[in-house]
Amino acid sequence: MSQPSPPLARRATSLKNCATPARIIQFNGVGKTFHTRHLDIPATHNVNVEIHEGEIVTIVGPSGCGKSTMLNLVAGLLKPTTGTVTYRDSRIEVVNRSTGYMTQSDHLLPWRTVEKNIAVPLEIRGDPREFKQRRVKELMQLVGLSNFAASYPSQLSGGMRKRAALARLLAYDPETLLLDEPFAALDAQLRVRMQMELFALSRALNKTVLFVTHDIDEAIALGDRCLVFGGRPGTIIKNIEVPLSRDRDIFALRKDPAYQKICADLWDIMAPSMNEPGR
Amino acid sequence: MKIIIGRIVLIVAVLAFWEVAAGTFADEFFISRPTVVAVKFWQLVSSGRLFEHGWITLVETLAGFALGAATGIGVGLLLGRNETLAQLLDPILTSLYSLPKVALAPLFIMWFGIGMEMKIILTATIVFFLVFLNTYSGVRSVSGELVEILRLMGARERHLVTKVIMPSAIQWVFTGLKLSVPYALIGAIVGEIMASNRGLGYLLQDAAGQLDTGGVFAALIAIVFLALCLQTAVKATEKLLMPWKTANDEREMTI
Repeated sequence: MSQPSPPLARRATSLKNCATPARIIQFNGVGKTFHTRHLDIPATHNVNVEIHEGEIVTIVGPSGCGKSTMLNLVAGLLKPTTGTVTYRDSRIEVVNRSTGYMTQSDHLLPWRTVEKNIAVPLEIRGDPREFKQRRVKELMQLVGLSNFAASYPSQLSGGMRKRAALARLLAYDPETLLLDEPFAALDAQLRVRMQMELFALSRALNKTVLFVTHDIDEAIALGDRCLVFGGRPGTIIKNIEVPLSRDRDIFALRKDPAYQKICADLWDIMAPSMNEPGR
Repeated sequence: MKIIIGRIVLIVAVLAFWEVAAGTFADEFFISRPTVVAVKFWQLVSSGRLFEHGWITLVETLAGFALGAATGIGVGLLLGRNETLAQLLDPILTSLYSLPKVALAPLFIMWFGIGMEMKIILTATIVFFLVFLNTYSGVRSVSGELVEILRLMGARERHLVTKVIMPSAIQWVFTGLKLSVPYALIGAIVGEIMASNRGLGYLLQDAAGQLDTGGVFAALIAIVFLALCLQTAVKATEKLLMPWKTANDEREMTI
């Protein structure tokens, strides 16, 4: 991993000194019901949680209990049926441009080279050409793709595509990253690598991160806090403060007994919902 | 290389069989023979008639193709992005689509006369539906997630159309265009056969009228040749406009 280049790093240090991080997202009695022609499907109910600036919050739980719904609510792509979701203390009414979204599929534009893909958000913002070029170069360096600037996504490996998507996400500098199982399709080694890179970048740039995953080990390794979803309709059944340091070494965690203990505990919390009939 | 030799052998064998068959167990009047067809074809070339008539058909086909493709892409984009309008126009477009477009030829002759305009309009009508339907499907198949991700980046409708919708629909557009080439020729040729004194269709009809089977085959060869040229041109344009697709194909070949 290369070091973040000067402008990004400067911004990071200026933010690091905040004593008590400000509240950035708040869920207040949030429920979401999806209406289909024949029936109403409640996805979540009574979700109450506060997320603070610079926090990495992981979200685990069985499929269909509203984890992705939560991210969509923060992005402003869905509206809550009950309750309120606020971002920096104002209700999310339209698409929330302070957030960036990344899912399991990288959603790169196949007709654009890596360089051009990363430039998309800058083009939309209408940045001047020189700034755009400099910024894209900087980002490609940051994610280690400088040698692949002119490659099309189809010519890249899965990990490189993920890194390109991450660079694009960082290009427009959203303060909150909404990540929905971004590394689910990667092999084990690559996943750990991407976790390390994401963790380091989020810390360096002081990003707030909401990270949905199915992987319990990943949830503990990355999170400052882990929200456990359960039930149908889903709600937060447990809010775990992860007692690992903010600048942990993700790779070394594997051998850390404290980490293994937390993972084991989380498995125990989640086990009851696995024995439920019908799953 | 083996394939090419194989093809040559095959073609020579077929022509030889044809040549022998004509006059022995098949009536030469109906099937002519390759040497006669070659002479007829050469006469068409040397007299300049082939180019004179071929040019007319080419212009009609290209003009109809361009007109049909442009409106097809335009309407496809518009309806693809506007659900209400698409629903409103759906029954009209579906019934027009199910109509064999050639059946419109008599109407177009009444409206536009027997000149080139009529063939251009007929060709354009045929091409329009193929390109429109493909563009429409292309626009509708754009990943909704991708669109939302770009919206979070601040994209407005015009950004979405230029950066996502059009480029991702372009593959579909080309599917429609490639499909359209033979149909575009149908428009031009049928138009010429029905009412014209110019074009390859006329040449065909004229030879048939004189019971000149060799001349009919010569005209058919000219039409096939024109179709192949158009098909190649569309494929070359596709390659030029979609470099990422070539990159993909190359990658797959090296696996």
